[in-house]
Amino acid sequence: MSVSGVTKSARKRLIWLGALILSIAGLVGAGVATGSGATLTPKLALDLEGGTSIILSPLVAEGQKITAQQLEQAVGIIRQRVDSTGVSEAQITTSGSNNIVVSIPGTPDDNTLKLIRSSAKLEFRPVILASSGASASVGGSGSSATPSAKPSVQAKPTDASDANWVTPAVQAQFDALDCTKQFRTPGQIDDPTLPLVTCDSNGYSKYVLGPVEISGEDIKNATNGTTTTSTGASTNTWAVNLSFNDAGAKKFSAVTSRLYPLTDPRNRFAVTLDGYVITAPTTNAVITNGDAQITGNFDQVSSKSLADSLKYGSLPISFQVQSQENISATLGSEQLASGLLAGIIGLLLVVIYSFFQYRGLALVTVGSLVIAAVLTYVVIVFLSWRNGFRLSLSGVAGLIVAIGITADSFIVYFERVRDELRDGRPLNAAVEAGWKRALRTILVSDGVSLLAAVTLFVLTVGSVKGFAFTLGLTTLIDVAVVMLFTHPMLQLLAQTRFFSSGHPWSGFDSQSLGAGYRGRLEFKSSERISATKKAKSSKEAAKRQTLAERKAAADNEGSN
Amino acid sequence: MSKFSDFGNALYSGERSINFVGRRKIFYIIAGIMIALSAVLPSALHGGFKLGIEFRGGAEFRISGVASQSQRLAIDAVHTVVPKVEPLVTAVGTDSIRVQTDKLGDLESEAVRQALAKAYKVEASAVASSFVGANWGADITAKAINGLVVFIAFAAILMALYFRTLKMSLAAIIALLHDLVITAGIYGILGFEVTPAAVIGFLTILGYSLYDTVVVFDKIRENTFEVEFSEKTTFAKQVNLAINQTLVRSINTSIVAVLPVAAILFIGATLLGAGTLRDISLALFIGILVGTYSTIFIAAPLYSHMREGEAKYVKAAAKVAAS
Repeated sequence: MSVSGVTKSARKRLIWLGALILSIAGLVGAGVATGSGATLTPKLALDLEGGTSIILSPLVAEGQKITAQQLEQAVGIIRQRVDSTGVSEAQITTSGSNNIVVSIPGTPDDNTLKLIRSSAKLEFRPVILASSGASASVGGSGSSATPSAKPSVQAKPTDASDANWVTPAVQAQFDALDCTKQFRTPGQIDDPTLPLVTCDSNGYSKYVLGPVEISGEDIKNATNGTTTTSTGASTNTWAVNLSFNDAGAKKFSAVTSRLYPLTDPRNRFAVTLDGYVITAPTTNAVITNGDAQITGNFDQVSSKSLADSLKYGSLPISFQVQSQENISATLGSEQLASGLLAGIIGLLLVVIYSFFQYRGLALVTVGSLVIAAVLTYVVIVFLSWRNGFRLSLSGVAGLIVAIGITADSFIVYFERVRDELRDGRPLNAAVEAGWKRALRTILVSDGVSLLAAVTLFVLTVGSVKGFAFTLGLTTLIDVAVVMLFTHPMLQLLAQTRFFSSGHPWSGFDSQSLGAGYRGRLEFKSSERISATKKAKSSKEAAKRQTLAERKAAADNEGSN
Repeated sequence: MSKFSDFGNALYSGERSINFVGRRKIFYIIAGIMIALSAVLPSALHGGFKLGIEFRGGAEFRISGVASQSQRLAIDAVHTVVPKVEPLVTAVGTDSIRVQTDKLGDLESEAVRQALAKAYKVEASAVASSFVGANWGADITAKAINGLVVFIAFAAILMALYFRTLKMSLAAIIALLHDLVITAGIYGILGFEVTPAAVIGFLTILGYSLYDTVVVFDKIRENTFEVEFSEKTTFAKQVNLAINQTLVRSINTSIVAVLPVAAILFIGATLLGAGTLRDISLALFIGILVGTYSTIFIAAPLYSHMREGEAKYVKAAAKVAAS
């Protein structure tokens, strides 16, 4: 590559980096300007900023008690649900023998509260009877005569869609049901083997449903998204997509093949959530692949919230919010202030140390650390806005350790360049050769760190997840900075007289890197280079050879 | 500083060489002793690791109708009764304080209640006490351990694929376990309570230790490439040369990594006393030093130990010795 080519590509990379930083900062700036919840500083976690403490008490019938096991199970499920809203490091704990305390930073909105406390028991039941939501006894609702299955002889029902489930008692309950009034007690648990008389969640229709055919436990995964038309175009309707496990898929296939030939309303199956029908579609086909889509009255937020609740399973019992209070930070602002102060002092020490070690090159080190800091800052601000990321004190500590790992990339790189200089290359060539070797090391060591981060992020919960997030973020930023800043800067600096002449203060002083010293050993550096260039095998072999030669030379010197 | 760069030159050329690989027996013995001490001393000195309230749950006091929501008052009040307990103090709403402590006996609990009432100048009846569960529950621990095991397995596979030998993975992971045991051991010997912050510190160390080992192993990979065809040098010598050639980098990196942590530990923690910052920076401080040490003194010599006995390297070494 010609000199100007190197310069061009180095400048290009620097421009890319600038564009990257500016575009993230621009997005955040636009978010602040339009008032869509973006802030100029990172949002802080519970330990640094405080937040809201929500006490949940279980809804159980008189005389019933919640077991410690149920409570633990509920804590685990709620934790996963809260984690699914972002990396906020919420704290969830039991209090006394009954209650769960959920502490989250900031003030929760209705969807978050619903996500935390709703039991999210999902059931699939076949529809036996359906009509509009008003009570028949009130009358005059405009609907025709109350439908009824009225089997001539009340026999034992043979399957879940059988009209014989509608006993006179069930019919009476159905007739009396008024969807505009509260008709279920909160936390009510329905017997899955009996029919259910209920309304849809809007109160528009009421149903008699058969026994449960498939329940939420058979759901393998749930996501949200918009529905697509038959031509594949995306519509504006939000839906929850379910995929069943093998058992669920089999049951689902059996149900759809049974319902498909029936007539309305018995060819419909209802999806109920905590006892209310969220949707009751008609069976259009026999579904065998175990995937289902629920549409209802969803928007993006509520469909995501439902998908998250379904994904982590239903709570063993329902809870109600007993109290909701603001809480202060557990760590005073003094902790953050002295942590930051100490961090700044530590950084200054790093700067002083690198000036001693790398002289003029320390400018590149310090510049890279500053760029890494700026990039980290804008990314964190961006993620606090878009992904609910919250910075905790452990997160701050993780960022401080990242200084070491980021600086290591430059150190590995500089040492490699020095090694190449010691082998007698001119600075330009040494920078390129050193970069090639250093990049490999940097990529594989950062690869291991990233692997750690991704694995822990996927598999863990709570503050461990928060830690994994910070680790992954700083590792990616490290790679970006070393590729887009440190290396191009060094390429550009290598062309200046100050560095290429090996000025004593440049950090690449050929004198102190052993050129004169090599003379004493009677090395002919030009010969060594040509030997390297001539080596037709691999670079590695050439390297090994020169090392071996050098070692032999050193041994000779030692024996003299 | 020119002396340090002379040192670097000499290490690079092999003119000066510290024999890490040859003295490995001494390092194994040192590691053995350190691990044994780490396993025994925490329980001998302090009766094992003291888990914080976040893991075990504890007592909770709620003081309502307070005029001042100062957190300091509560910490001092708790210390007058149980000096060794570090309470978690939170202001709740506009006129309440929540104080969480380790599990207390009935008498202690009553004494803390009285002390809190006195400190905040309220009636004893305005201080309610109850129990609070662990907010770092067994489910978090189980998931974290599961995550770790999977990560270590993945990391071993990744390293084995990249370095084309399982033995590097094995050596790196043995060094990693060495670091974890010793870091936890020193933490336990100092008798500090294990808090979530400390656990996060340990996890960070895990990442750092492995990272540091991979950097040095990459140089070893380069130096030992096709070494079995060399007539001048042996596998063990090349491993040792790699450690020496990366020694300046290892020293520089660990100093740069440890400086900010040390600043937090010694400046931050002396200003503030016990707390999250001290726990996490202590775990990191020990871990970074141990992690750098173990790469040089354990992982690399161990790797050489595992491989130099392979037939092709024994044969090559015999040839070198004969020439």
